[in-house]
Amino acid sequence: MSEKRGEIDEPSVSDVIENPIVEVDKLSLYYGDTQALYDVDLGVPEREVTAFIGPSGCGKSTLLRSLNRLNDLVESARIEGNVRVSGADIYDPNYDVIDLRRRVGMVFQKSNPFPKSIYENVAYGLRIAGENRRSILNESVEKSLRAAALWDEVKDRLEDNAMGLSGGQQQRLCIARTLAVEPEVVLMDEPCSALDPIATVRIEETISELKNDYTIVIVTHNLQQAARISDYTAFFYLGRLVEFNQTKQIFTQPNLKQTEDYVTGRFG
Amino acid sequence: MTLRFWRGGDPFIWLTGSALAFCLLMISGLVGIILYNGVGVFWPSTLQQLSLRDGQVVLGKVVDRQVIPDQPEAYRIQLKVGNRDAYGLDFRWVDEADIERIERPAPVVVFERIEWGDAYGYVEKITQNGQVMVSEGQDAWDLLQPLLEASAKRWEVIRSIEHDEMGQLNRAMEELRLEKRRLEMDRAKPEAMAELEDRNRALWERYELVSDRLNAVRAENEQAVVSIRLADGQERSVRVADIVRTYKPNALDLWGKVGVYCEKGWEFVTGQPRESNTEGGIFPALFGTVMMVMLMSLAAVPFGILAALYLREYAKQGLFVRLVRIAVNNLAGVPSIVFGMFGLGFFVYGVGGGIDRLFYPEALPTPTYGTGGILWASLTLALLTVPVVIVATEEALAAVPRELREGALGLGSTKFQMIWNIVLPSALPGILTGVILATARGAGEVAPLMITGVVKLAPDLPLDAFWPFFHLERKFMHLGFHIYDVGFQSPNVEAARPMVYTTALLLLLIVLALNLTAIVVRNKLRRRYASSAF
Repeated sequence: MSEKRGEIDEPSVSDVIENPIVEVDKLSLYYGDTQALYDVDLGVPEREVTAFIGPSGCGKSTLLRSLNRLNDLVESARIEGNVRVSGADIYDPNYDVIDLRRRVGMVFQKSNPFPKSIYENVAYGLRIAGENRRSILNESVEKSLRAAALWDEVKDRLEDNAMGLSGGQQQRLCIARTLAVEPEVVLMDEPCSALDPIATVRIEETISELKNDYTIVIVTHNLQQAARISDYTAFFYLGRLVEFNQTKQIFTQPNLKQTEDYVTGRFG
Repeated sequence: MTLRFWRGGDPFIWLTGSALAFCLLMISGLVGIILYNGVGVFWPSTLQQLSLRDGQVVLGKVVDRQVIPDQPEAYRIQLKVGNRDAYGLDFRWVDEADIERIERPAPVVVFERIEWGDAYGYVEKITQNGQVMVSEGQDAWDLLQPLLEASAKRWEVIRSIEHDEMGQLNRAMEELRLEKRRLEMDRAKPEAMAELEDRNRALWERYELVSDRLNAVRAENEQAVVSIRLADGQERSVRVADIVRTYKPNALDLWGKVGVYCEKGWEFVTGQPRESNTEGGIFPALFGTVMMVMLMSLAAVPFGILAALYLREYAKQGLFVRLVRIAVNNLAGVPSIVFGMFGLGFFVYGVGGGIDRLFYPEALPTPTYGTGGILWASLTLALLTVPVVIVATEEALAAVPRELREGALGLGSTKFQMIWNIVLPSALPGILTGVILATARGAGEVAPLMITGVVKLAPDLPLDAFWPFFHLERKFMHLGFHIYDVGFQSPNVEAARPMVYTTALLLLLIVLALNLTAIVVRNKLRRRYASSAF
């Protein structure tokens, strides 16, 4: 069998995506002397769920973290190429990183609520942005907790320490915290990898509801999860974007054999 | 068999367990000895009157009993006989074989005096202005108590005249003298000098008046005299005003003894020292210690935390930061006397001398800040404790999970917001642990203080009711140095030994109290900022 099938009608990225909100253009990323990403071209569609899949160490988390410049924290990290969010180059030296991170929120692999009350966790993003009016904070906390499907469970104990919540609740709290600042894009880095199946289902339901209002990029190891919740899927291997297409396409009729091998479990 | 013995891990359990047991034993031994020797010091124990076979009578408090060297089965006892003015020594050994009779006479009185230590004996008579008031034991005792109260009040008056009124006048005169020096240095007009002279004369006149009043009160103190008959029949006269306290230990019931114990204990904590620190209270040393620890923490804690924050959060990690870190770690191990030398050279002579030349030139050659003082001692100790604070803070900051930092940054925190709102609160319990360690180390340190401002006796506290209230240039007393001084430098080491233990006990209690406060605060914070459930 040939390496590529249907070479002629292979849709390019720009065919798949109209008006991408995040555009990655020839992005290469190095940690010191090791290259972690090779010439990645990608467009993330607005108000859809995009999943990054691929074996461990393939660069999917690295790519995710370069979308809100969290890789800046790694001193040895260095990039080539560029990333545009809503048309603006976020690696431009004059670009405001703080503002970027408010617009591109992030939910982490390990739930990381702050050692504060549930209320203050959700209100934190607004507070650091200078919002201290109680009524607005109250409204935003309730709205965000409802959006993260946590409101009914915690509405009576908003002043309790967030560390008292269960793992799944903590992760949904982290989602609510991210939503409170009303980002345009929510990045999720394996948000369910530390959770049990029931908590995972709840998070997945939450994500499905969120996509009406938010653009979501999710990194996952769980192929079924990617198939269940995402609209688009990007498959990475060894720092390269191998294939990017509608999820249905990727899981049923991938263009490349490598992708097919991975999604069918023949390697990975 | 042996294999199973090793595999079961028993030897290691025993090894580690016995190491812990050994530590506990040492600590409890230390505390036990101090408690044993220190707690009973103020207890009014029974006085025993021994009649010896050679006709001597000895009255005193039994303090020790031991085998006579080279004579097994034969014991001797050590008595504190007091009356240093009469016998020359406070203590006396008596062979038990020489004792004919032991009595515990009820009318025996302990006189605590301002000078010459305790006197043990019987009240014989009381004379006032040379006239005998009473000449019979019980009546004399009854009369003595109101006289003692009156003299205590007079001492109060004398202290207030000396300390407040005369002190104020002295300060005013000193200011005048300095102003005169200043005018001389500026080559001012003679009229100004003349005006100063007038003011000086006025002050002197007021000083004479106060001095007369003081002498009048002092003269009253001379009036009442109590005659004491010692056990061997000697009679000695003591001014009532020179007696601090009297009690009859053999006639007291338990509650009476507890009363005397508490009174003496209270005097110890709140009173001024007397008899070259071997008697009376240690309040100035207590106050000096606490104030110095506070000043030290005030200087060391913010400074150390800020330095650690820069080192951990802002500095670009590399060779230089590693070198700084190694240097800081080593600084924590430098012997404290070296810091003392630095404090003397830099703070006292350098900074203090500079301040004197700039702001107090008229007082020279008498130094104001250019000599040891509580400020310099505290800063020297702060320098000594800063490395401990830095190391502990750095470790606490490093222990804050990376996820928390990323979470904060991911929400759009600036780096400062992340540190201030998330990292610092999470690290606070750890930082406080470091502060506790550092404070405890500083509170127990003596060597560097001896050359930067601690003295044997400093009647003026570094904090009082006179402007500018904080007198940071003043020398001060410190419990640690007090122990050394009383225990090893006093003229009457044996009599002072109980005080050494009591003072040590108090120092332990203070360090314990400081630590407990910090631990309670830390645990409160820990509950508030409970760390991750994972």
